[in-house]
Amino acid sequence: MKKIRCALIGSGNIGTDLIYKIQRSPVLEPVWMVGIDPESEGLKRAREMGLKTTADGVDGLLPHVVEDDIQIAFDATSAYVHAENSRRLNELGVMMIDLTPAAIGPLCVPPVNLREHADKVEMNVNMISCAGQATIPIVNAVARVQSVDYAEIIASLSSKSVGPGTRANLDEFTYTTSNALEKVGGAKKGKALAIINPAEPPMIMRNTVYCLTEEAPDQPAIIESVSAMIGEVQKYVPGYRLVNGPVFDEVPQGHRVAVYMEVAGLGDYLPTYAGNLDIMTAAACRTAEMFAEEILAGKIQLKAVEAA
Amino acid sequence: MGDSNLKGRKVVLHDMCLRDGMHAKREQISVAQMVKVATALDEAGVPYIQVTHGAGMGGNSLQHGFAPHSNEEYISAVAAAVKQTRISVLLLPGLGTMRELKSAFDCGARSVHVATHCTEADTAPQHIAFARELGMDTTGFLMMAHLNDARGIAEQGKLMERYGAQTVYVTDSAGYMLPQDVTERISALRDVLEPETEIGFHGHHNMGMGIANSIAAVEAGASRIDASVAGLGAGAGNTPLEVFAAVCDRMGIETGVDLFKLMDMAEDVIVPMMDHMVRIDRDSLTLGFAGVYSTFLLHAKRAAERFGVPARDVLVELGRKKMIGGQEDMIIDTAMTMAKQRGLLEDAA
Repeated sequence: MKKIRCALIGSGNIGTDLIYKIQRSPVLEPVWMVGIDPESEGLKRAREMGLKTTADGVDGLLPHVVEDDIQIAFDATSAYVHAENSRRLNELGVMMIDLTPAAIGPLCVPPVNLREHADKVEMNVNMISCAGQATIPIVNAVARVQSVDYAEIIASLSSKSVGPGTRANLDEFTYTTSNALEKVGGAKKGKALAIINPAEPPMIMRNTVYCLTEEAPDQPAIIESVSAMIGEVQKYVPGYRLVNGPVFDEVPQGHRVAVYMEVAGLGDYLPTYAGNLDIMTAAACRTAEMFAEEILAGKIQLKAVEAA
Repeated sequence: MGDSNLKGRKVVLHDMCLRDGMHAKREQISVAQMVKVATALDEAGVPYIQVTHGAGMGGNSLQHGFAPHSNEEYISAVAAAVKQTRISVLLLPGLGTMRELKSAFDCGARSVHVATHCTEADTAPQHIAFARELGMDTTGFLMMAHLNDARGIAEQGKLMERYGAQTVYVTDSAGYMLPQDVTERISALRDVLEPETEIGFHGHHNMGMGIANSIAAVEAGASRIDASVAGLGAGAGNTPLEVFAAVCDRMGIETGVDLFKLMDMAEDVIVPMMDHMVRIDRDSLTLGFAGVYSTFLLHAKRAAERFGVPARDVLVELGRKKMIGGQEDMIIDTAMTMAKQRGLLEDAA
């Protein structure tokens, strides 16, 4: 069966983990890995796994896009260079999946709004953040039952699973995630907190989601909706698990719903504790697959975006 | 002790009543109380006072509790009331942001503790650099310092210095450290930091070591000490400031504060404000003994009441799981999981 050929930009933790996910996909094939350091571990590993590599950044990839029939690119570099990468690849008709906090395209959480983006043939979709992927489905599960005035999430990440890019840019992580709790989650106001914990052995990613509902919560409907949503996420992240809750409380701020989640990864590149890495790469891969399925079925066609 | 080898040493005191003390008050301190406390500290000659939500910038949250006023309201009110003392704030990257720091600066804050867990200094470069850009007196604040050894603390402190921190703190958030632990860490910092970089110590009194640890810090080269009048702070409280000032006076360490005014303030202003006596009780001693973040105390007591698992058991389990500052959500989660294991709570899922 024909597969859609992909390029990966950024040879760090995310890019490397993506190779494993894409190689398993029935509709995607990883072809290129783009880095900037010829000696990097990520590029070496990509070569060993059979990918073509370049250490010249996106410049090194562009001449091969047409001949290698690259249709989807994943960008796991940084917010600072993403816009330029996206512009240049979109010009060649390559669809961009953005794993940086740049968020120049619409925000995507697969079980919430992926279908919408695929129908519109968006040429750039943003995957928000690991914390966003882990918590927005739950916020949305509550918000689709009844109005949520405020959603607050706390993501606890093991120190070993957080790369230098995220560490140096925690404010961007906070802003991007908070914004997406509103835009995609459906809360009127969102707030995101991140904790990096160095415990050994490393702790599995944990996420706590608090929602304040406008009216008294419809408890059975929320429990059912949350449970259904967890099932949807488990289709691409099997280690997405409810630990405690939903807990319903009356607090001074209003009606609080609390849900305590854990995300274990598949252990592809980093061990299973790095659920934060997995939920991001798995969501990106799921997003690419949906587009690929539609392309292969002839339902959508990617079009080159003309330079502005 | 008569004349000590510390005679003539100068130490800058930094009061924590209006920040760490917020934790002991479940974040419920009014603007009027803030102004009253700040004015008294100012009159007693305390050079720095920290004023924010207990969790600092961005602290107003379901996770950390909502104060009745914004940080901006508190800082502006205090800034208008004090004459000499400088106002500082707390900023934990991942919770607070540079936008919030700028806003605090605009209201009159001139000093900041940029705080990270003791192994995660590299989450703070943006915030430290930005604080310096604003011209703030900038501290890198290494929390839960008992969870990193002396060499590790020195490496992390060096990073913070490189980012622009003018002072590096060893922060005993759990009140776990003994004087020898403090000496080792401060000495290791003194060895690697530039001579002009100051060193500070922030203690908690959970094992009754606040004063002894602060003195050990000064002996090893620290020149800034965090404390709070009457110890108003998380857990069994911070190093009690007036007691530390008295000890300094006896040892010939110069702090420049008016001891009797501080004593009066402790009795007449701070103690009457306390909702519970901030002291070493069964649970706060457990924090120190098990190495648990002091702020967890009241959360654990509430979770204990609700789920029927003793607070001490919950705190010990949190210590075993190596939970750190900011993971207050894991207190209820842990209490619920323990309650299920003990047959006190049904597993809904």
